[in-house]
Amino acid sequence: MNQNLPPSVLIFGITSAMAEHTARKFAADGCKIAIAGRNQARVHDIAEDLRVRGAAAIHELPAFDARKPDTLAPCVAAGFEALGQVDIVLIAHGSLPDQDRCAADIDTAISEMEINFLSVLRLCTDIANRLEALEKPATLGVISSVAGLRGRQSNYLYGSAKGGLNVFLQGLRNRMQPHGIRVVTLLPGFVDSPMTADIEKGPLFVSAEKAGACIHRALVRSAGDIAYIPFFWRWIMLVIRLIPEPLFKRLKL
Amino acid sequence: MPFADAKQDDTLRSWGLQPLPAPQTPVSIRSRHATLPRSPDKTMLPRGLGRSYGDVCLNGDGLLLMTDPLDRWISFDPLTGILQCEAGVSLDAILKLAVPRGWFPSVTPGTRFVSVGGAIANDVHGKNHHRAGTFGAHVRGFELLRSDGARQWCSRTSHADRFRATIGGLGLTGLITWAELQLQPIHNPMMDTEDLRMDGLSAFFDLADESDAHWDYTVAWVDGLASGEKLGSGIFMRGNHARPDDATPTTKKLRKPVEVPLHAPDFALNRHSIRLLNFMQDLKLRGDRQQKQIHFAPFFYPLDGVGGWNKLYGRRGFFQYQFVVPRSGQQSPVRDILRTLSESDESVFLAVLKCFGDAPPEGLLSFPRPGVTLALDFPNRGDSTLNLMKELDEIVFSNGGALYPAKDARMSPDHFRRGFPALDLFQTHIDPAFSSDFARRVEAIPPRNPS
Ligand SMILES: Cc1cc2nc3c(=O)[nH]c(=O)nc-3n(C[C@H](O)[C@H](O)[C@H](O)COP(=O)(O)OP(=O)(O)OC[C@H]3O[C@@H](n4cnc5c(N)ncnc54)[C@H](O)[C@@H]3O)c2cc1C
Repeated sequence: MNQNLPPSVLIFGITSAMAEHTARKFAADGCKIAIAGRNQARVHDIAEDLRVRGAAAIHELPAFDARKPDTLAPCVAAGFEALGQVDIVLIAHGSLPDQDRCAADIDTAISEMEINFLSVLRLCTDIANRLEALEKPATLGVISSVAGLRGRQSNYLYGSAKGGLNVFLQGLRNRMQPHGIRVVTLLPGFVDSPMTADIEKGPLFVSAEKAGACIHRALVRSAGDIAYIPFFWRWIMLVIRLIPEPLFKRLKL
Repeated sequence: MPFADAKQDDTLRSWGLQPLPAPQTPVSIRSRHATLPRSPDKTMLPRGLGRSYGDVCLNGDGLLLMTDPLDRWISFDPLTGILQCEAGVSLDAILKLAVPRGWFPSVTPGTRFVSVGGAIANDVHGKNHHRAGTFGAHVRGFELLRSDGARQWCSRTSHADRFRATIGGLGLTGLITWAELQLQPIHNPMMDTEDLRMDGLSAFFDLADESDAHWDYTVAWVDGLASGEKLGSGIFMRGNHARPDDATPTTKKLRKPVEVPLHAPDFALNRHSIRLLNFMQDLKLRGDRQQKQIHFAPFFYPLDGVGGWNKLYGRRGFFQYQFVVPRSGQQSPVRDILRTLSESDESVFLAVLKCFGDAPPEGLLSFPRPGVTLALDFPNRGDSTLNLMKELDEIVFSNGGALYPAKDARMSPDHFRRGFPALDLFQTHIDPAFSSDFARRVEAIPPRNPS
């Protein structure tokens, strides 16, 4: 990062509560921020808010829809053009599908795959190539999920999208390493947000504000490749992953 | 009695944990552009941060429109101090944004954990009422969303009658989605303060009059247990925002409050522990006058350091009793009230006394009016507490006074009507789909026939 210029941050899926709270932190840092989301009116509200919070500049990018592949590339191009130099990219969009519907209807399942995996793959590929070409150190953070670390009957469609994403990001990290480009896999557990509005809240839930602060730290201050949001999921998932499959398949999780 | 019994859930209650509402359905308002929920058989009520003590923020058997997601800024002009923000933004957030840029809320109540919507709907006042009037006086305008889907920009020049009805309108005129506020300029976060010992009620009135012209903020803490000669003794506190030249710069951060994790046992705040607290406060004030420069947080928000301090009163909760009476000479009704208190067995933890200024009320149902106001906290001890408050009512209402809805859980429809003579006019502005436990209790909304 150039110490004299405010860092430039590009965020996809800004209307997700976690992304918005992360962006608030970047705004308070005085960053230049370009934001994209599906709902242009909500993107605009967030842009106004981030400006008041201290962002050096805000660019509202054309709307993108993860289910419509041809809306992605123009959005990435606009983001790179608006910012010039890009220091940090955050990809945050996603949806939490209903597992029963995905099991009953393959079209729903495929469409969820498009949102949670394929669209991210499209964005990451485009962005990685552009960052590589800029030949400057940068950070690419992608919000995945602890659900991608082990398949469970209650949401394995979502889990498999995120699991595929985790491996994809591993490979991408490996490829980008020599170019000084960090790829950070962000693994939130339960976050209290509109996406989880219908789920009963337990003690493991954290607020979107807290999750945003963790993500901001993972992208700016720490050097880790994989960040659990918040940290305690590292230990929970360690235990979950250690359960032998013959036993795990009998559990109701 | 509809009041709380010992075992109930805490969520969606009011700050005094009194009364206990029937089950309520929270509905999050996710965006200021969103429409209101459609609910033909349930009424709705906006909900801020639930810092009202009684039932103005409760709507049993109905919907609560949760405004906490409405936490976005819209614009802030650091040259003029004009701030536009959504209604769920808290004063705490405004302080964090504005103080480093040299601005401060023009009026603030005794806690910074209130929302802009809640501050408008109760037309809250602060220690500077004698100079600045109420919160509503610094509201330039707001958008009001009605249940029929209409959005009205209300200000002193647009829908002015609706504007006056909604300021102090107790959430009954519709949902405030966002507002435009005028902040006041400050030079730094510090306050020049002076604490003075007062040995009686006439000392209070003398100090209040003397301070009016030169002190922006004045308030007194009265020892509710003092009697006889010492009746009305306590500490008079006054302060001004520090000037640019004489502030010790500090970069103090507003800390998150330490949370009270559980309800205290019911005996935690009894007469003796209260005496001790009053005594300790007194000790802090060595000599008759103490001048110091302090950060604004302990000056304005002495109770905010401990989150959930209301739970210190135990599961039965507590009552606030805040009234205003005209100042009739030195023989103020306040004297009778204090005497009644000192002769009773109830313990008063906090007794806060303040003279309001002469500014005409901003809203139709605004509580502040020329006179003197006293706020009292009573741990809920059941009938004896209620009986004492009945005695106090006699004094308040025979002197043409009023009780503050934001703090009330028990006043009668008759007392409400007598304290708020503009009620008839106000009723023409009530949104037919809106209601609250308070509105039904004091019959601000005529009782519905069960259908
Ligand atoms: C420690 C403490 C000290 C206090 N000191 C003072 C003081 O010095 N002076 C003073 O005046 N008050 C004081 N209060 C009372 C407090 O300021 C008021 O009750 C305030 O209105 C609470 O705001 P809230 O956001 O918590 O609103 P709530 O209590 O949640 O709601 C209050 C009312 O506002 C309505 N409302 C909320 N949001 C909206 C909206 N968006 N649109 C329309 N209506 C809405 C609600 O329907 C309800 O009628 C104090 C309270 C505490 C706990």
